[in-house]
Amino acid sequence: MINYYGILAIYNFEMARAIRTIGQTVASPVISTALYFVVFGSAIGNRIGDIDNIHYGAFIVPGLIMLAVLGQSIANASFGIYSPRYTGTIYEILSAPLSSLEITIGYVGAAATKSIIIGVIVLITAGFFVPIEIRHPLWMIFFLIMTSLTFSLLGFIIGIWIDGFDKLHTIPLLVIAPLTFLGGSFYSISMLPKFWQKVSLLNPVVYLVSGFRWSFYESADVSPIVSIIMIMVFLVTCMAIVAWIFKTGYRLKK
Amino acid sequence: MENIINNAICVRGLNKTYSNGFQALEDINLQVKCGEIFALLGPNGAGKTTLISIICGIANSSSGHVEVFGHDNITDYRIARSHIGLVPQELTTDAFETVWNSVKFSRGLFGKAPSPAYIETLLKRLSLWDKKDSQIRTLSGGMKRRVMIAKALSHEPDILFLDEPSSGVDVELRKSMWQQVRELQETGVSIILTTHYIAEAEEMANRIGIINKGKLILVEEKESLMKKLGSKKLLISLYRSLAEIPKPLLKFNLQLADKGNVLVFSYDPSKEDNAISDLLDHLKKNSIKYKDIDTQQNSLEEIFVQLVNA
Ligand SMILES: Nc1ncnc2c1ncn2[C@@H]1O[C@H](COP(=O)(O)OP(=O)(O)OP(=O)(O)O)[C@@H](O)[C@H]1O
Ligand SMILES: [Mg+2]
Repeated sequence: MINYYGILAIYNFEMARAIRTIGQTVASPVISTALYFVVFGSAIGNRIGDIDNIHYGAFIVPGLIMLAVLGQSIANASFGIYSPRYTGTIYEILSAPLSSLEITIGYVGAAATKSIIIGVIVLITAGFFVPIEIRHPLWMIFFLIMTSLTFSLLGFIIGIWIDGFDKLHTIPLLVIAPLTFLGGSFYSISMLPKFWQKVSLLNPVVYLVSGFRWSFYESADVSPIVSIIMIMVFLVTCMAIVAWIFKTGYRLKK
Repeated sequence: MENIINNAICVRGLNKTYSNGFQALEDINLQVKCGEIFALLGPNGAGKTTLISIICGIANSSSGHVEVFGHDNITDYRIARSHIGLVPQELTTDAFETVWNSVKFSRGLFGKAPSPAYIETLLKRLSLWDKKDSQIRTLSGGMKRRVMIAKALSHEPDILFLDEPSSGVDVELRKSMWQQVRELQETGVSIILTTHYIAEAEEMANRIGIINKGKLILVEEKESLMKKLGSKKLLISLYRSLAEIPKPLLKFNLQLADKGNVLVFSYDPSKEDNAISDLLDHLKKNSIKYKDIDTQQNSLEEIFVQLVNA
């Protein structure tokens, strides 16, 4: 027995919030993507030259999409669950006949949906600046969905873990921003010194960006197989943490 | 085994110690019967909200069991929870949602197919129909409380918890709320409410449970409880103070208060004797003049003292 109506209620509630602020939802990724292209694509990119025979402007597109998707997933999912904890309306979710899996599907599903939409918006915006080809569209979609899901789960965990509105912004800033910027969005890992190449391999974002870029241009820092395995590992890890949270009631139940 | 069919709620050996080490509930055993109105009476911090939170699945218990219509609220939580509607003590609503969407959301959460017709009757009954498209933040406190009641009733529950329903509610709304609670009871819904006020429990409940410092001190039919504990006081303010009780009045067991300015007469209002008019006759006969008469219900605190000392 699955409480479909319950999942749908949470999902719709979360989507409604994005629709209420549709202007911001669409405008901010479009503007930031355009800015990245002006600064990195044109001003700096012309001096960098091609990487793996890919024009620099085109090279950074997959990384830009990932950047937006990661940020949006975490922001949406963490706010989605932290906000009812903060206002107290979480009582209703906890008292409803919903399994922890169903609650998670509602919140994480909505956050992932939003970031996938944002990812597509960034892709379309980028298309106005550089010609884009996608050699493996199905794998591209696979990476997009898996990344959205994984990082929405991570955002969900952050939203349960934090205990103040200020942390809602500082945690992503302190942890996620460095990981994404050092994740190879704007450069190839092979351009780094040997030592930093090794260190980079500890960064989960490297695998996502690399796999995602491979689906566009067949150019990758690590083998796409490794990327696929790693993203599965992250996904399962996050799911295990969420399962533990609900099992113990950590930060949710008194 | 308890008779499952007759109990809406059955709590056995429930203990709750909060993470800071504070024990909020101690060995609570309680049955709420199908279709009754049960009042949980107790002072601030007694553990009323804690007990409700555990039954509804919002807080974890430290030990013990809760059954809802015979379904364990942990192993069989889906069925157990689907029977329950909860109006919490605190006003917590989504500020930016409209009344309609918020109530619809609650119904969905509990796994019920949408029913605009039902929500319409519900909102009309709670005088919220003209506010259905308003954002909740634009409503008054009393209206918000009614929205929370509508949310709790949105999935047509068989058991309704009302935690401190009369706080922040004006007299008129309180009256209409009690009227609706009675109507709900007539449709077979069991109602558990918490209150600080014995008068409220007396007016509404079929049975009353008294909780203090995490312990359920007593559970009893209202009628018999009131008989036992419901004695009232008649306060007679005198024109001239008395040094002692005049002899002819001794049989009334009067007490003097406020430096002899007030005569206090304890009586049992459920008894059909003429004690009060008798007393007033005697006052007249003895030319004791008074300027005011007041009655006082035994306060909850006094009842506690009586209970604890008993
Ligand atoms: N999260 C918590 N952590 C620690 N102690 C708590 C927590 N919540 C409640 N308590 C304590 O448990 C006791 C019972 O609280 P509870 O809210 O159940 O009382 P109550 O009977 O509902 O009181 P009131 O009439 O004021 O609503 C109080 O002493 C309170 O301080
Ligand atoms: Mg309370």
